Amino acid sequence: MASEPENKETNPLPTPEAGAPSPLVAALQREHPEWIAEVIEAFSETTIVVPREHIVAACSFLKTSPETRFDFLSDICGADRGPEEDPRFEVNYHLFSTTKHHRLRLKVVLSEEDAHVPTVTGVWRTANWHERETFDLFGVIFDGHPDLRRILLPDDWQGHALRKDFPLRGYEPYSLK
Amino acid sequence: MSSVVNIPPQFEVVDRPLDTQMTISMGPQHPSTHGVLRLELVLDGEMVVKTTPDIGYLHTGMEKLFEYKKYQQGIVITDRMDYLNPLGNNLAYCMAAEKLLGLEIPERAQVIRVLMCELQRIASHLVWLGTHALDIGAMTVFFYCFREREKILNLIEAASGGRLTPSYFRIGGLMMDLPAGFERRCKQFLDAFPGAVDEFHTLLTGNRIFQNRTQGVGRISAEDAIDWGLSGPCLRGSGVNLDIRRANPYCGYENYDFEVPTEPDGDVWARYMVRMREMKESHKISAQALSRLRPGPVKADAPKVVLPDREAMKSHMDALIHHFLIVAEGFDVPAGEVYFPIEASKGELGVYMKSDGGPKPSRVHFRGPSFVNLSALPVMAEGEMVADVVAIIGSLDIVLGEIDR
Amino acid sequence: MGLENIIAEALPEVLTTQLDSLINWARKSSLWPATFGLACCAIEMMNSTSSRNDLARFGSEVFRASPRQADVMIVSGRVSRKMAPVLRRIYDQMPEPKWVISMGACATSGGVFDNYAIVQGVDKIVPVDVYIPGCPPRPEMLIHAVMMLQEKVMKESVRDRKDVPEEEAREAVPPGTLPVTDGSAALKEALAEPRPYTIASRHERRRSS
Repeated sequence: MASEPENKETNPLPTPEAGAPSPLVAALQREHPEWIAEVIEAFSETTIVVPREHIVAACSFLKTSPETRFDFLSDICGADRGPEEDPRFEVNYHLFSTTKHHRLRLKVVLSEEDAHVPTVTGVWRTANWHERETFDLFGVIFDGHPDLRRILLPDDWQGHALRKDFPLRGYEPYSLK
Repeated sequence: MSSVVNIPPQFEVVDRPLDTQMTISMGPQHPSTHGVLRLELVLDGEMVVKTTPDIGYLHTGMEKLFEYKKYQQGIVITDRMDYLNPLGNNLAYCMAAEKLLGLEIPERAQVIRVLMCELQRIASHLVWLGTHALDIGAMTVFFYCFREREKILNLIEAASGGRLTPSYFRIGGLMMDLPAGFERRCKQFLDAFPGAVDEFHTLLTGNRIFQNRTQGVGRISAEDAIDWGLSGPCLRGSGVNLDIRRANPYCGYENYDFEVPTEPDGDVWARYMVRMREMKESHKISAQALSRLRPGPVKADAPKVVLPDREAMKSHMDALIHHFLIVAEGFDVPAGEVYFPIEASKGELGVYMKSDGGPKPSRVHFRGPSFVNLSALPVMAEGEMVADVVAIIGSLDIVLGEIDR
Repeated sequence: MGLENIIAEALPEVLTTQLDSLINWARKSSLWPATFGLACCAIEMMNSTSSRNDLARFGSEVFRASPRQADVMIVSGRVSRKMAPVLRRIYDQMPEPKWVISMGACATSGGVFDNYAIVQGVDKIVPVDVYIPGCPPRPEMLIHAVMMLQEKVMKESVRDRKDVPEEEAREAVPPGTLPVTDGSAALKEALAEPRPYTIASRHERRRSS
């Protein structure tokens, strides 16, 4: 399935397809086009790549806007593209609307040297633990988080476990082989 | 004995002697925390002033393991995540992979998937009921629930070979078809089950002690529940009518006739009633699924993804080659990412799967419903007594395997 | 325990044989497990206490929540790095005589999870008497393991058991080191004294059966 980045310049009037959440993107494109870096529609899901500085504003807009009403944050998920890639880290926000039942994914891409994202705990309080988990496993720092510390790994653990350059079996003395 | 613990500034230590507040640690080895959960409780006598869950005592690094295993090898690991609902985990993982591959699952496989998932949901709720009642003090219910659960485990074991870790679903369908006599035994179980649920009701629902311990305890409002990301019976117990099987249907759920039980109060009693009614609804769905079973294939028609039949493998060369390649090298999954949510017994179980075109996934993340439900525990438990905390944890129905992954 | 020491030193062998059988019979018939259910194997352990496979008829009548009242610790489930000191501490809190059953593949050897987070076998932390394979093992296998442990108990002798030196047990896990909320590297230096995960309990110095 090819991903087709649509840009506002090449497709100013997105044609509404059956069941495709283009209206979601349409609302955002109309009001704040500078928040959208890229739109990917694949596997009947919509992904919007948002620049890091606008993520909180985009999230609060999507939560309150009457067309979208994304009042439920399903998941915040980090991903590591690998140590050679730049930008290296992705943070995915999976949004869901309890009234309209549509879903959307927001993606923020970060480089390794500057892995900071503003926190969205002010928008949805459930982001608290999800961001702690992403910090714990990837090392992405969420600015403004009320309590950013490790949640799954022990508190004195060195390293971030889900990065691609962290070995599966860990380091000595933890790999008791 | 030196105190080497350094308490960071956001935790105010209120251990003042001759004062009323005390900080204690509940767990990680505790009979009522349903696994290795540690709660830091700040108590004023018996009342909880502040509670902070401390998790990670069962962290298994499963998400990292997925990246080192081929797609079909990962199914085995998903069983161990929410170990009370392993077929649900299998289903979420398989359907996410099938969405990436664009496979079409045959009708019989979908019906069997629904049937097994609903049976698994009943089994999971039975463990919840038994342990919740045990924590509150009603020990008899534990044995009744596990008796019914043994019948379901017999059925699951007959179909897949494993009681607790079946790994019955495969990417593209099922592991193998249902054995002979399964439908008769399943019907036998389903006929007797509503009587068992009524038995649980007579044991617990009218019991004044149980009502006093659960009504009005651990309240959470609907707005708070949505804000904290609760899902499943915890959300429906606060009056929000949301079920992924209705909102984003999968696996043919839109064709089944069932209700979504909700209760308005948002306390432990409401969540209890929601789950009891859900058991009856799951029973309804299972009966419908059983009546819809028609003969047909149980694996998708995708020779590069689905293992061929043993007989075909032994007699045809291309089937043998496919079998060898799938097992030895795996199949390439198109690049992309999907987020696939299902309604597990605990809530919204979402799988985020990212592929970069190879036989092993690049990232698999499970959004465990218990992980999010537990994060709302401080909201529910502050102001309650320690004994109520036990009841609230029971009503959240948490499974640490899913929280810690 | 003090009486046994006196008896063992003072009286000839013949008497302790009879005393052995009596004491061992009493111990094996009432092996009370400590609840140490960690993961999926814990559910099968709960299944083995339910009415279909009734573990209570072999003497394991109650699962004591407090390790101070328990005889056997059934480690059922995967032991993660964060949980390992807690496991050792619970083991140390159990009074003698105590045994350990390692239930399931994860407790025996790390199981499916050969990675950074799981201790590859609980016998790296506590001495184990009976290992049960399986993922998860059937409840009948747990019952078989308890019966094997009972046979092992029957072969013990009063003369072998001595009181555990207190300092040895206390030094095993420095108290107050449950990870609360800290991640500073300076603290890590302070904790750098080796935590002896494999302290040899006098279990192991006992005459083997």
